[in-house]
Parts: sequence; structure tokens; C-alpha cells
Amino acid sequence: MHGLINRSLQSFLTDTYGPSVWQAIAKAAGLKTTGFEALLIYEDAITDAVIDAAAKQLNRPRETVLEDLGTYLVSHQNLEGLRRLLRFGGVTFVDFLHSMEDLPEHGRLGVPNLDLPDFHLVEEAPGTFTLEITPLIAGVGHVIVGLLRAMADDYGALVLLDHAGLRGARECVSVLLLDQAHSSGRSFDLSMPEV
Amino acid sequence: MLNPLGLTLTSASLSQLMPMHVAICPLGRITSMGPTLAKLIDRPVPLGQEFLGLFSVRRPTGVQHYSDLQNKVGGRLQLVLNDRHESFRAIAVNCVEGGMVINLSFGIHLIEAVRRNALTDADFAPTDLAMEMLYLVEVKTAVMQELRNLNMRLQDEKSAAEEQALTDTLTGLRNRRALELRMPSLLAQGSDFALMHLDLDYFKQVNDTLGHAAGDHVLRQVALALNIETRSSDLVARVGGDEFVVLMPGLSRPERLSVIASRIIQRISQPIAFEGHSCKVSASIGMTISTSYAIPDSETMLADADAALYASKHAGRAQAQLHRPGATDRCRA
Repeated sequence: MHGLINRSLQSFLTDTYGPSVWQAIAKAAGLKTTGFEALLIYEDAITDAVIDAAAKQLNRPRETVLEDLGTYLVSHQNLEGLRRLLRFGGVTFVDFLHSMEDLPEHGRLGVPNLDLPDFHLVEEAPGTFTLEITPLIAGVGHVIVGLLRAMADDYGALVLLDHAGLRGARECVSVLLLDQAHSSGRSFDLSMPEV
Repeated sequence: MLNPLGLTLTSASLSQLMPMHVAICPLGRITSMGPTLAKLIDRPVPLGQEFLGLFSVRRPTGVQHYSDLQNKVGGRLQLVLNDRHESFRAIAVNCVEGGMVINLSFGIHLIEAVRRNALTDADFAPTDLAMEMLYLVEVKTAVMQELRNLNMRLQDEKSAAEEQALTDTLTGLRNRRALELRMPSLLAQGSDFALMHLDLDYFKQVNDTLGHAAGDHVLRQVALALNIETRSSDLVARVGGDEFVVLMPGLSRPERLSVIASRIIQRISQPIAFEGHSCKVSASIGMTISTSYAIPDSETMLADADAALYASKHAGRAQAQLHRPGATDRCRA
């Protein structure tokens, strides 16, 4: 697993629950170091171990932890850069939804060995979509539910989202678009904020 | 034979394809302008104005009139928007009906132009790679930042590890490794320096009667004494169980060295309290100075200091002796 994914998991747990909770989770997961480096590659099993340890430590279902992670990735100020990169996907939420299919390629533009799941968007009926996701970690669909929910807010779109189980090996997320321009959403200025 | 087929587009279609185009009539006057370009001009579209009045051609040089532009059809142009100092890449082509269409792009100045003019996704043609370029710049910035952070963390860890590798963990003094690094560098620089080899007297008794905890306490107190009596530029190392070496750069006067040695011995000879007991140790010292040698080297100096230390022990302890070429002098503590 790419360190960037492990690192975002670590940032999520640290920013949301505090450094001491993260340390306890890292220890329970059997991590040898105090944290992940974003640009290294780790054994896949470590990521699962951290998620399981987090669910146990926080006494919450694994699915909830993953969904919160997805929301965090878009909505936390420390990851404003990631929100911006996702917003480059399109002018409207539906544009963005379609751009999810390009996400792995977009990711690799910046980080060549970044393995992201593949996405396949099926328009079942006007305004009704299913997003199929190839496996990366068990429950990846829940991360995407959280991420899409936060992105819908960002675009000001009103949507109903749900984890819709498996199609073969793929996890499915159902997206029902109720109102593309429900609220004004958050602003997106093309030029990067000055640091 | 090819049919010189004309292809007519409305101004609106032209703008959708090329939001940064300018169309000019055979007189060189502007007849149409794409919306993104119009946005940059910041006033009503200057229809009818001379194109080469609004823009200048920076490269190739010598393009002053419409006829000059005609000669540059199909080649790469560099244009400047005269009153905005905005610079563009461009290409000019002829129209079947006469006149020309010139298409512009920001080229490498895209990032700045987007910032300055608050451009949005809608200001670019869907086929334009501008969004990808903006995206890439942000990805690159984020990755570079991450690399910088990683480098800083590694740097900190490296410094800490180096510091740790040169430190004696019990006393916090430097260790033998630090001494072995420092001494050759002083010799290489040709600096004068004094070398002091110190061994505790009666330390074994403290360890044997009061235990290792008492011994450790004594060693820490000795370290404190050495730190007090030396300068911060001196290197104080614990090189063995109860053996210490002090390197004193810039110190070459025997009298001064004797005074320092006496003060160290005096301080170490004070009884050290430990859990209700009084630990009594003292120190024997052997010293040597780099100026005593034609060509000083680490091994000889350490051996001479050691021999002087042995002489101090032999002469009754709690004293310091200075190695002199050919003899070993005795200085009373």
C-alpha cells in the first residue's frame, strides 16, 4: 500500500481523535514506527491492521471509521490541497462523478507509483448512478461514500448516497442526485492559494 | 485537384472552439474576439480597432503591419497585449473570405494569468489542457512539500542520532568515538591543544561497598565537576569505566594547565553524598601539550598522557603530571 494512503489514515486519526489515540492505535496495530512516511510503500496488511485497531480502539464499526475517513479527506482544512485536486475534476458534481474514472490516472500524474482503485460509473437512469470500485482495502466503498458526501456538499449538490454491496469483486456506491444546485457550495478558485 | 473548400463558422462557434481568438479583416482591424481574451482587456471589445495597435508582435521581430503578419502565417508568434503586459503564444491563419484568425494561449504564463485575471474552468475550451497543467502544478507543489517535510524530519533524526552516537549515556559527556573524531581534526588544523587523561582514585571501593547506583552517581558528579572546570569549547569525554579525557583547544601554557588540573582534582576530592553515605574519591591526571612535539599525533599524545597519569598514580594519587619530552614533570595538586 502506498504510504500516502496510510499517511492520510494516520492524519485522519490524529487530527480527529488526537495524537495519543493515534499512538495507541499504532501500537495495537503492531506498527514499528510512530507513523507512516507519505512517500514510502508499505505491506498491505499494515493498512488493514490499522483500520481494525482504530475500529476497536474507537469502539465503532469499521464501516463508520472508513466513511469518516472519506469525509475527512475532503473537508478537513489540513487536506485543502486534496480537495482542490478533486475539484479540478469538474465544474459540477456530475462532472466530478464522471471524473472519478480518471482518478487513478490523475493520481499517477503526481505520484507515479500510487495505486488507487479503478472506478466505473454506470448511469442507471437519469440522475441515478452506481459507482463500481475495484478492491483496494475491504470496505473501500465506505470511504467513497464519505468522500462523495463531502464533495456533494462542496459543490452544493443534494444527493443520496449508500453503499450498495458487491458486484462480483467490486464494491458499489449508489448515487441518487436530487438537486445539482441545491446550495452555493464552497468556492473554488482556480489559482492556488498563496502560501 | 483539391477543392479549396471554405469552412464558415459563426463568431459564437469560433469563440467556443477558441475562447482566446481574434479575427481581423483584410485592413487589419478586429472583427471578432473570444470571450476569455475580451475578459483580459477589461473594457468593451475593441471591434474595429487595429489589431497591431492593441497587440505587438515580440517574436518574430519586424512585424509592424498587416502585410508583415501575412508573411508569418502558420508560424509561432509571441504577442504582447500592449497596455497589460500580458504575453501570449499565438498562431495566425488566413481565412478563405480574406482576413485572418489569430489564436492565442497563455503558454508558460498560464499560472500567473489565471491568478491575475481570476479565470475559471469556463474560460478555457474543453479541449484545452490548461486545467491539467494547473492540476499538475498543484500536485507537484504538494509532493515537493511532502518531500521537504520528509527531508526535515530525516535531518532532525540524523542530527539526533549523530548526537547520540557521540554521547556517553550515563554522564551526558562525549564518548571515545567523539574524542577519536575530534583529535585528528585538531591535529589536521594544526591547532595547539592540551590533552588531559584523568582516572578516578578509590572508585572501585565506592562500587564495591555502596553498589553500582552509588558508582553511577559518583560518575555523574565527576562529569559535572569536569564541566564546571572546563570551557564549553573543550571536549570532555568518558572513555572507560572511570576514565576521562579532556581536550583543550588553544591551551598550550603548562602553568595554566596545572592550575586547571589542580582545580579539577580539588573539586572531585570533595565528598559526594549518596543516600546518606559519603563517597570519597579523588583523581589522578596525566597531561601533554601538542607544542611538545615536532609533529604531534594522536597515538603518541594519548600514550604520553597515559604514562604521565601512571606516574601520578605511582607518586601517590590525587595529583597531576605533565609529560615533557624525555621526562615526566610532576606538579603538585
